[in-house]
Formats: sequence, C-alpha cells, structure tokens
Amino acid sequence: MLYTINKSPFETSTMQTALRFLQPGDPVLFIEDGVYAVQGDNRFSSDIAELMRNNPVYALSPDLEARGIGGVTDGVTCVGYDGFVELVEEHRTNTWL
Amino acid sequence: MAEDNSIKKIMHVMRHAPHGSIYTYEGLEMILIMAAYEQDLSVAFIGDGVYALKKGQETSGIDIKGFAKTFLALEGYDVEKLYVDETSLQERGLTEDDLLVDVEVMSAADIGRLMNEQDVVIPH
Amino acid sequence: MNIGILLKEGPYNHQASDTAYKFAEAAIARGHKVDAVFLYNDGVTNVNRLMDPPQDDRHIAERWSRLSKEHGVPVLACIAASKRRGIDDDVLIEGGEITGLGTLTDIAIRNDRLVTFGD
Repeated sequence: MLYTINKSPFETSTMQTALRFLQPGDPVLFIEDGVYAVQGDNRFSSDIAELMRNNPVYALSPDLEARGIGGVTDGVTCVGYDGFVELVEEHRTNTWL
Repeated sequence: MAEDNSIKKIMHVMRHAPHGSIYTYEGLEMILIMAAYEQDLSVAFIGDGVYALKKGQETSGIDIKGFAKTFLALEGYDVEKLYVDETSLQERGLTEDDLLVDVEVMSAADIGRLMNEQDVVIPH
Repeated sequence: MNIGILLKEGPYNHQASDTAYKFAEAAIARGHKVDAVFLYNDGVTNVNRLMDPPQDDRHIAERWSRLSKEHGVPVLACIAASKRRGIDDDVLIEGGEITGLGTLTDIAIRNDRLVTFGD
C-alpha cells in the first residue's frame, strides 16, 4: 500500500504516526509540505535513512522545486505527477493528512 | 470458499479530535451512509482520533452538536470493527475504560497489517 | 485502470485541490479513466462558480469545469457537506453536480483505486 504524507514533520507528527503503521516493502511518497522531510541534512535525515532500509521512499519533484529544495537525502527517488500515478497503478493508497 | 468480489473492504481512519474541526463528524456521516451498502467496513482511531470516543463529552457550552454517542449506534448498522491504536491511547493517558464504545485496542503493526488488506482506506 | 478521486479540502487555503487536479491530469495522460472527483468537507467549495481570483492566479472552479468538459470527469459535491456551506445548484460551476454519499460509496466500490487528497 502506498503511503502519501503531505505534512512537514517540523510542524505535525503525521509522518511519525504514519511510519508506525507502515509495513515493510510499502512505498512512501512525500508530497506538498511533506517534502520538507527529505531535504538533505535536516533533523529527519537519519529517520529517512532508517526508513529506506525496508521501504522505498519517493518525493514529488514539483513540490520540491516549488520549495527550493535542491538536495534530498541519499536514496530518495524524485518523481513527477506521472510517477505518482505509476505508484498508484502498482499500489492501493493510504493517504496521511 | 470463494470470495465475493462485490464486497469491498473499506477502512475509515479517524485522526482528528472531535470538535476543533468537522472531520470526525462528517467522517461519521460518511460511515453511516456507507453502512447501508453492505460492504466490509471498519473504523480505526489513531492519534487525536481516539478523543472522539472519550466518555463525558459535553458540547452544549460550545454550541456544537455532540455526536460521541453516535459511535454507539454503529453496531446497529453492523459496523462492528472498531480498532484503536494502543500507543495513541497511552500517549494521551487514556485506557479502554475512558472510551464510550467497545473497541479492539491493537498495536500499530496489527492495524497496519489490516490497513494493507483493505481495498480502500479513507482518512478523516 | 479506473481511478476515483476524493478531495476533502477547499481551494486556495491548501494545496490539496492543486495536487488532486495535477494527479487527475497525469492519470488521464497515462491512459487511465478518472471515474469521478468527489468533493467532501470544505472540498465542496471547489465548484463554487462565484470564486473570482486575481487574473494572474489559477481559477480552481473553472479548472475543474474544464476537466469535466474535456475528459468527461464528473465533479461531484456531497449534498450534505454542500448544504452546510451554502453550495447549491445556483452557484455550481458547469460540470459540477451535487450528489449524495451513496455515490461516493459506488465510486469506492467500482474503481480500482480511490485516491484521497486533503489537509
């Protein structure tokens, strides 16, 4: 199941809550303000690295660009809206707001 | 036994406290309508969502319609799968005794596994 | 693949409407059928034709209207949520419709995916 997260982890605990329910292998896609989670060298970089041991992590490129986020944590895959759709083709969705 | 493909597993996830925003109330309205469609419905209470079930809510002072007791009526609509995240309860200093309705208190991992079996998960 | 979209937030306050729209466009471009966009909570105000943003901003209601016209995607506002928020047939943008939660249930049942956007 694809987990989408749209909140900055600096503002709400949505990401940390969602990750408690996540099953190994399930992809996580950060969108909207959620993309602040994967900015390189931030407070959550080690959490994201830990997450990627069992789960693929994606971030929506247009949301990264809109927020001026250039470097993302190593291993995070950046996708466009078409990549978002591709993930939805492969997985049912679990939206975390 | 062959599965009936016409029946979908739909989980509603309550994640907001009850009166500060309308999400829980309108979520409950959605659940009540969906209950008439004889699908395999369940409701999970996660994070501040657990506050929706707390005993002793009295909303007359804020002029918002109370709806906590409507959760008691869900059983009458055959919505009997109510799951509460154990950690969310503990973090808030609550126990099952503080809740209005009979629920299954479960670990996040177990609720997460149930989520993965769903055809549709709807957050509220 | 058949995809339903549930949009739970109003326009402009939050990016949800924009992401839902971009997702719908991309899904159609990849050859999928977007069965319907269902509006709930403050999301119902997405189809209020009286919104009048500045010229240089996107017109969110007209964008949904265009999606409906060009790709036959119904944009459905929940009646109970609409009544609460003063959305009725008089203010509805072309292509918008007011319908019940039963319709959302049908959308959830008949599609391969239901993708939710909100705040």
